[in-house]
Amino acid sequence: MKDNIVIIGGGVAGMEAAKQLLSLGYTPILVERNSQLGGHVAGWYRLFPDMTPAKDIIVPLRLDVARANVFTGTRVQSITPERESYTIVLDNGISIEARAVVFATGFSLFDASKKEEYGYGVYDHVITNSDLEAWFCGKEDKRIPSDPKAVGFVHCVGSRDLKAGNSQCSKVCCTTAIKQAIEMKEKFPDAEIYCFYMDLRLFGKKYEDFYINAQRNFGVHFIRGRVSEVGETIDGRLQVKAEDTLSGKPLKVQLDSLVLMSGMSCNEGVRNLARQARLDVDDDGFLKSSNNIYGILNSNRKGVFYAGACTGTKTVPETLAEARAVAVEVHNYLKNG
Amino acid sequence: MIYEGKQKIWSDYQKEIPDDHWYYVRSCIRQNFFPASERMFTEITRNVLKKDVYETPFHTTCGGIAYHCDTIPQETVMTIVARQFSLMTEAGYENYVPSCITSFGNYAEILETWREFPELEARIRENLWKACRREFNKPKYLAHTSDLIYHWRDRIAELGKYRLVDKETGEPLRIVEHIGCHYAKMFPHKAVGGAEYPYVLAGMVESWGGQVVDYPERRHCCGYGFRQYHVKANRGYSVSNTHKKFESMEPFHPDAIITNCPGCPYFLDRWQYVIAEQTGKTYGRNGFGIPVFTYEELAGLVLGYDPWDLGLQLHQVAVEPFLDRIGVEYDPKAKYLGVNKEDIMRPELPTSMKCF
Amino acid sequence: MADFGFRLSKSSTIDLDKIDTSVYDRLCKTDPDVKTCMACGSCSATCTAAPFSGMSMRKVILALQRGQDVRPMLSKCMLCGKCIMVCPRGINTRHIILSICRQYD
Repeated sequence: MKDNIVIIGGGVAGMEAAKQLLSLGYTPILVERNSQLGGHVAGWYRLFPDMTPAKDIIVPLRLDVARANVFTGTRVQSITPERESYTIVLDNGISIEARAVVFATGFSLFDASKKEEYGYGVYDHVITNSDLEAWFCGKEDKRIPSDPKAVGFVHCVGSRDLKAGNSQCSKVCCTTAIKQAIEMKEKFPDAEIYCFYMDLRLFGKKYEDFYINAQRNFGVHFIRGRVSEVGETIDGRLQVKAEDTLSGKPLKVQLDSLVLMSGMSCNEGVRNLARQARLDVDDDGFLKSSNNIYGILNSNRKGVFYAGACTGTKTVPETLAEARAVAVEVHNYLKNG
Repeated sequence: MIYEGKQKIWSDYQKEIPDDHWYYVRSCIRQNFFPASERMFTEITRNVLKKDVYETPFHTTCGGIAYHCDTIPQETVMTIVARQFSLMTEAGYENYVPSCITSFGNYAEILETWREFPELEARIRENLWKACRREFNKPKYLAHTSDLIYHWRDRIAELGKYRLVDKETGEPLRIVEHIGCHYAKMFPHKAVGGAEYPYVLAGMVESWGGQVVDYPERRHCCGYGFRQYHVKANRGYSVSNTHKKFESMEPFHPDAIITNCPGCPYFLDRWQYVIAEQTGKTYGRNGFGIPVFTYEELAGLVLGYDPWDLGLQLHQVAVEPFLDRIGVEYDPKAKYLGVNKEDIMRPELPTSMKCF
Repeated sequence: MADFGFRLSKSSTIDLDKIDTSVYDRLCKTDPDVKTCMACGSCSATCTAAPFSGMSMRKVILALQRGQDVRPMLSKCMLCGKCIMVCPRGINTRHIILSICRQYD
């Protein structure tokens, strides 16, 4: 078909782009490798800064895109550039000739076990931000004690970390840590909550208010210093070391649970497709936009567009805005070539 | 603690260890500190395991202590090391195994530096030629002697007379493992098990029937710290670091400590005496200290060698309570008899820590 | 005690499990705004006493959070109020200094 549009990735970026393209009169093909649409956001409980339930975003979007051609549990096996189009073969055997392709392939959550000094997967009570959201959503997790006296959050796990291969700031973790700190304090009012940060990067609307709220109304302790090492005590608690950089002294504290704010890494799974489609990959591993100011949605090739965290770390509202904009980009391209 | 999590990390840090034909070099200080350890290494590898382990009397210091005390230029150290390699080359070996952790770190650092800066290696070759008309090949494999004992740990367990278990209760003895800083911290991938959760000593303890104790300050330095000890005015820092470790391991009631560095067993052993004299506190059972062993000593005990032939009478902390729990046979009266059964004299006993 | 010519050094580590923050905790009740300090340091930068006496309002708040005695530092304050003028969080620092003094009465 002449005006086929394939959207790779069925997270919030892919779904929102599909929704907008539907409203413009197209019937995009949405390909998602997982069995359900929703991506990372579907695994989240509430979103900052207004504590919006994640399902309030995901559930309507799933309904909105029902009229598109949706393939879940399906991977793109290959993508081959043709003269005026791309041949995309799915792992279910279907082959599509598409005039426009939208990469909405998102990010991978940084594997926290790579920071061996934090003991994720080694110590009993070390979890990630994503584990905590799953627990908020109702999933059982024995690593979170029933009556914690002290809980810590480590910012920048795998972000701003050249050694871990990620120089970038993941943008969302500072605010997520504050959100989760507040949520833990709501659940366990008597627990002391510590956030270990290098900088607090609270750039978005209402984020700073969120921080002040955590300080004033929830008494969250903010300690400027990156956790250097975690150990386990005789009673199974965690001994955490950091420098209290504001006083210039080493600091230690025992915690019942430690939450690692795993950052956003590039989605390694996209590398292969990018190579096949001859797309530029940036030195941070994310897909490279044609220009970082006015061409974020554009690739180095005609007919291939980007939306969301496939080009770098993004918040949910940024991703949604890009997804809406990419629909217009695709529309203009199909109309005017 | 999730054991499978550690196993996953261990599987990421395995190194190739050839099974035979090693060129062995001794440490500057180990023979004074724990005199039978290096002797046990050659005894076990040559006579028990029947391996080809070669050494030469022409070997000298590697310069590591001076390097870590800031008293020698690194190029000089490299030229000394180049000479050691030339001795290895001359003897027809390509597997190099130092007994000292700082040497191991020194060799690893130099080989890595030469890999990154080949022009420096060329200059050192020239230095060596000018200084003593020698040439050398770089070792094909570099291992520390603890890597080799780790490599043969199961064989040692098979041949062993004793296991690290309480003979009364059958319970595994609780062993703290302490790794020398220069073994893994600089190059985690050159170490068995990596730098955060090294497996080299833990593997021996497991193989020989003991239970490994992990505690919050496990990764912390023993306290030696080269200049921290060698400059007397700094010794307070040295003993304070050791004190920090013992305070952290105390609640776990370890039965013994196993180490793989020349300095660590010395300072973990001797500083217990100093801490006891200064604070009145001891960390073992019933007023004793916690015995600290080298891996060769522990291997020797497992294989059934006489404790006094292993040099255990030179430890500050009494080893007898540990020997009794395993059921090791020994003659208490022979403790201070030398190899020719002549009295080697008795040390003065400490006031605050029980000793024999 | 044997004299070896050296002894155990005192650790400078702040152990959050062992410090006594009761002064700060009480202060948070009377002056909850103190909790919103983000350690920007503008109070200390503008302080009349700071360059000559070691007084620093930022350090006073931090020291209270870490359970340390702040009286020696506070005794250098001249209560001029310059620090209130610059605080971006609008914390009434002068009032807080008086509240802290009351804690020690």
